[in-house]
Amino acid sequence: MPDNEKSFPQVPEAKTVAKKRTRFSLVWVIPIVAAAAGVWIAVTKILNEGPTITIVFSSADGLEANKTKVNYNGLDVGTLTSIRLADDHQHVIATAAMSPKAKDFLVKDTRFWVVKPRMSGLNVSGLGTLISGYYIGVQLGQSKESERHFIALDAPPFAGNVAGKFFMLKTPELGSLGEGTPIFFRQLSAGQVVSYELDKGGEFLNVKVFVRAPYDQYVSPDTRFWQASGIDLTLSANGLHVQTESVMSILAGGIAFETPATDSPLPPAAADTTFTLFSDRTDAFAPPPHDPQTYLLVFKQSVRGLTVGAPVQLGGITIGEVTQISPQLDAQTMAFTVPVTISVDPQRYGVKFMNAPEGEDMITVRKKIMDSLVSRGLRAQLKTGSLISGALYVSVDVVPNAPPASLDWSQDPVELPTLSGKIDALEDNVASLLKNLNQTVTNADMLLGNANQLIEPNSVLDMELSSLLLQGGDAARSVRLLADYLERHPEALIRGKTGEAK
Amino acid sequence: MSAMTPTAMQQGLQSCPACGLLSRPAPGAHEGRCPRCDEELVFRKPASLERTLAYLIAAAVCYIPANVLPVLTTVTSGGSESDTILQGVVLLWSPTGWPLSLIVLFASIMIPSAKIVALLYLVFTVRSGSIKNNGQRVRLYRMVEIIGRWSMVDVFVDTFTVSLIQLQPLMSVEPGPGLFFFAAVVVLTMLAVESFDPRLIWDSASSKEIQPEVQHA
Repeated sequence: MPDNEKSFPQVPEAKTVAKKRTRFSLVWVIPIVAAAAGVWIAVTKILNEGPTITIVFSSADGLEANKTKVNYNGLDVGTLTSIRLADDHQHVIATAAMSPKAKDFLVKDTRFWVVKPRMSGLNVSGLGTLISGYYIGVQLGQSKESERHFIALDAPPFAGNVAGKFFMLKTPELGSLGEGTPIFFRQLSAGQVVSYELDKGGEFLNVKVFVRAPYDQYVSPDTRFWQASGIDLTLSANGLHVQTESVMSILAGGIAFETPATDSPLPPAAADTTFTLFSDRTDAFAPPPHDPQTYLLVFKQSVRGLTVGAPVQLGGITIGEVTQISPQLDAQTMAFTVPVTISVDPQRYGVKFMNAPEGEDMITVRKKIMDSLVSRGLRAQLKTGSLISGALYVSVDVVPNAPPASLDWSQDPVELPTLSGKIDALEDNVASLLKNLNQTVTNADMLLGNANQLIEPNSVLDMELSSLLLQGGDAARSVRLLADYLERHPEALIRGKTGEAK
Repeated sequence: MSAMTPTAMQQGLQSCPACGLLSRPAPGAHEGRCPRCDEELVFRKPASLERTLAYLIAAAVCYIPANVLPVLTTVTSGGSESDTILQGVVLLWSPTGWPLSLIVLFASIMIPSAKIVALLYLVFTVRSGSIKNNGQRVRLYRMVEIIGRWSMVDVFVDTFTVSLIQLQPLMSVEPGPGLFFFAAVVVLTMLAVESFDPRLIWDSASSKEIQPEVQHA
């Protein structure tokens, strides 16, 4: 441009500096870096994208989309992304975005529940959620089958994800048990009740319990579980004995378990084994009824006070229990009877000198023995166990002079002859009292008769009495004469009879 | 309007970007230094359109994660909660807080995107040698230049919040990855504005008019 030099002579000329230029502008590095960063972020985000699951809750109380976390052992494993009402308007369906690590435990038996403050018995849990807000707890499942749709539990399955085993306990009544009720092993807290439900038949309850490791290894197929609720007070010759599992079990109930000591301990029971829940320790360790025998007792009197489960006693020792009571009307005689079924455990009483003769089995031997006993007067009677409650028990004993009876072995169950009348101990006592009274009256009578005999006319005593009285009269007369004389001659006391002296 | 006004470049002159001194390049040379203030002299900003475009593409790329990723993470004892800019707008939207919500919406979402679109428009019109609406395009450029820096307010507010709210056991606020991308968008658009030479708008217009004259000379 040489022309501008002429046009603008006053404009100074710039200094010349050599400069190298590159073909490729470095500025393009910037968008490449930005794009790389963006792609990297996107890739990590996609890689961190975990599975999405749906959880059905009964209520959305305390749950918030994008806020409520899914928490496993204190670690966030997901977040609720949306909450909506189910089509049936009864439930709430929450969608949760889980972290990729959670993929492994999203299996069929994984359980979810809302963690919130709870009080069951003396167990208080979830207090932290008062400040932090509710979150969703997870219990890992063992199944291998993957699952994306879950139904939340209404209550946490049990505290924490700890090692241990679940067992089922069968019980006719729940008592003071509830979810979270502690389980004791040698008075150590070893687990808790997880849940309970009525059996399909409605006859008993299935209580699901969890026994923590290492206590679960002490549960063998022979282990006895019993209700350890409250205090066991025993007043014996040794004094007052109080037994309880813990203060907590007094207030909230509890279950204890123990395995009877044997020479060859059984291996630990498998998980989900079913046990019977006994009402107390004594019951739990009572030998199981072995070949129980049932008998029918027909009472022609009121059985008021007799309940199912009432003891059957022989000489004061319980050998069985009442299993059924149901009144019956005999349509022919129009008489009400009360057949009572009892179950007797032959193992509870020992038999001396019992040996089966050759060619006869034990059943026929037993029948023979029973026949012989009944012919000797073995009768069932109702007796009062407690004067206060009026509870009755069945006493089976040999009664002397009982009306003759026999057993009809063709019936099932066999009817055992009963004795009515003296139904209770009080009446017995009154009868014996009356008998004694009668004796006393008789004695008194005899005494009076003897007395009468003594004072009969012409008896020796009578004669002696008469002469005694006569002599008494004479004596009285002499005293009177003396008194008269002394009145007239008082000096005679000193001088004697003067007249006679003259 | 003044499309016919001759430019300094057409006259073979350079103006100093720092002190405004008009100078003539040394014979045979295109670049040089200002004889008064020693500033580097060029006829036009070097590779202006190329650089602007590069910055714009980078800004546009960063704009996506800036809006998708959370900018702030609030950690409370109950867990952490992350919010993106758009979630913040939704959160602020209430009968009383809607003006604030609108400010955030404009300053943080509309303006950065509008800046990118406006500059792209300028780059492509200059490239294609358009001579229409020259005055309006320059005004658009000035507006972008003035308004652009205000988007940085968002980043400042967030960094202040993060440094102030550190009540460790109870609550703390941490910057999210979106914040870095958002700051990158603001910085990159400012760089794009900086590297764009508005004089290019007039070059095509004047070259169409004056170029034959120069060639003739």
